[in-house]
Amino acid sequence: MGKLPYDIAHLLGGAMLLLSFVLLYQRRVQAVINAFAVQGGVLALAAAWQANMQGVPELYLTALIAFVAKAVLIPLALRAMLRRLDLHRAVETALGIGTSMMAGVAVVALAILVVLPITAGARAIAREDLALALSVVLLGMLMMITRRNAISQVVGLMSLENGLVLAAVGAAGMPLVVELSTAALVLVVFVVAGFFVFQIRERFDSVDTAALESHRGEGAGDGWRGEGAGDGWRGDAGQDGQRGGAGQA
Amino acid sequence: MMPLPWLVVFFPWLGAALLVALPRLRLAAAVNLGVSAVSLLLALLLLDTPHGEQGWTRVDALNQPLVLLSAIIGLTTSVYSYGQLDAKGFDHWRLRAYHGAYQLFMGAQALALLADNMGVMWVAIEIATMASVTMVAVHGTPAAMEAAWKFFILCGVGIALALFGTVILYMAAQPVVGHGDGGLSWAALRAMSARCDAGLLNLAFVFLLVGYGTKAGLVPLHFWLPDAEAEGPVSISAVLSGLLLNAAMVAVLRAKSIVAANPEAIPPGPFLMALGLASVLLASFALWRRRDARRLFAWSSIQHMGLAAFAFGLGGVGGTLAGLLHLLGHSLTKSAVFFGVGLATRLKGSQKIAAIGGLATSHPALGWSLVVAIAAVAGMPPFALFASEFLLLAETASRFWWLLLPLGLGVFVAVTAKVNVLQQLCLGDATPDAAGPPPGRLAVLTTLGPIWVHLALAAVLGAALPAGGGVLLAQAAEMLR
Repeated sequence: MGKLPYDIAHLLGGAMLLLSFVLLYQRRVQAVINAFAVQGGVLALAAAWQANMQGVPELYLTALIAFVAKAVLIPLALRAMLRRLDLHRAVETALGIGTSMMAGVAVVALAILVVLPITAGARAIAREDLALALSVVLLGMLMMITRRNAISQVVGLMSLENGLVLAAVGAAGMPLVVELSTAALVLVVFVVAGFFVFQIRERFDSVDTAALESHRGEGAGDGWRGEGAGDGWRGDAGQDGQRGGAGQA
Repeated sequence: MMPLPWLVVFFPWLGAALLVALPRLRLAAAVNLGVSAVSLLLALLLLDTPHGEQGWTRVDALNQPLVLLSAIIGLTTSVYSYGQLDAKGFDHWRLRAYHGAYQLFMGAQALALLADNMGVMWVAIEIATMASVTMVAVHGTPAAMEAAWKFFILCGVGIALALFGTVILYMAAQPVVGHGDGGLSWAALRAMSARCDAGLLNLAFVFLLVGYGTKAGLVPLHFWLPDAEAEGPVSISAVLSGLLLNAAMVAVLRAKSIVAANPEAIPPGPFLMALGLASVLLASFALWRRRDARRLFAWSSIQHMGLAAFAFGLGGVGGTLAGLLHLLGHSLTKSAVFFGVGLATRLKGSQKIAAIGGLATSHPALGWSLVVAIAAVAGMPPFALFASEFLLLAETASRFWWLLLPLGLGVFVAVTAKVNVLQQLCLGDATPDAAGPPPGRLAVLTTLGPIWVHLALAAVLGAALPAGGGVLLAQAAEMLR
């Protein structure tokens, strides 16, 4: 087999990694969702390319599912949610661009340093794919750690999951790939739905997860579903809402 | 005809579908009880099944006792939840969600225990997670929602990492096992482990340990557990600490036994021992600082899972046997405590330790049951946790005597913390009861009954391991080493 198929697989994996970096530094929530949609599309292409290269038609199904769910439906749902919550122009203060990038580069270097030496025996394509996938996974985790906005954390988890699917489709001959990637997608959809339910029920006055920290169940409140604790929680959330407002202004 | 292990999984799922459709509260709770009873019967029949593979599942000496245990706890928890129905204040939609998720969870965690295919095991643990998140959130209070969200995000990352580990595990084995479903079979992977790529196996184990370890509540990733067990319904605390943690720990154990079978891979035991010891030490000191009764016992779950992980890390027949006995004993006694604390919470209208006091004076039957249950969780003889902790300490002393000091310190601090909370909750002056009608006779009986059934089983396990059970556990320990 020629070298070109491998190069294309690498190109697609590299594009996903690049988009993970875009996700890491974007400040506008809307832009984060756009970048995620593009990453989902690239993942679908990567899966389709692997299907072609390995001659496994089932992977086309994975590609189709990834495209429909991650490039189209989930971004649309998230965008509708943002409009409904009037957050579509929200700006959040992630780490500074420089710091995020440096942390991201460090994480990728770590992934490469971990993967390349221990897979010296494996085929080149497998080890480089694995290094790319591990980088996408770790960058997704980094995004979840550095972001405080709940919706960005959800996107971080989904981007992490993109890395998983990339690894799974790259592992030639992996059984149950379609089943496992679909099951992982179900998890993601459940997270998005859970987030949606929280918002609809207006349990959170702000989507800032900092508001969650104030209620640890061991505060001064007496009742176990205590009024005191509940009030404190709402009060804090209100303040956070104001802070968020100030950030937008 | 479906093989019996599949029936053990699909019957509760069938029940879940039925329960979601049932409109009447009392009827739904009764059907839930019936489904759990039939599941117990199936689990008993499973004991008689010869060991071997049925497609994606495999019956072996490790999962037979654990499936039986989960069916027993599933039934007693349904009994408890039947009695508490009037107090939950659920509307019928919440109750449908609760019952449906409960049986979905029971089926999924049975599948996680029975699965031979590591991919199927991962899917099972994922389903169990989603079902338990639903149950934690079912009250809909801000605290419950927050607990569910934290649970979900942390465990979502955890199971994502576990899937990554599973993929790498397959990559390690791929040149040896080739293509097809067999490539993820635990038995096949274990048999061929020695010929797999050792570097990839190491990497896979790190991800599997961190991923499933999150679900088992091991220390650096334990944050979700106290919230989830304190804010959901009491019955979910019982099955979370009793069953979900076991299923995750078994997943770690299976991953460990694959990697350990390769002589060139880094031995996985010390990693487990380190995480286990960290969990024991952190949790035993954290126990002293709790003011909320259910949170305290959730932290105690972290401590006990740490002990079990340490025992599995120690390995060998002795260590693994101690770990398995510890899992069984912990599930039985901890869920008994949660039943008791649940009723006490209802009586006193609060789950703060300071608000629950002198139960033995004001409600002697509940108070003394709780005294015995907490003593059992603390590891007092004749209950199973005493036997397993004794075995563990003896095994540690004979192999790594210098680890006895930190381990013994952790166990000692935890025991004193639990004796302390036992005195606060049960002895001393009684605090006033909450206003409103006290729980009826049914609620009291359906709490005390399960508590004593669990305690009796734990005592039997601890004092005189029944011959058949002992053989099974020894076989499992021999198989895993």
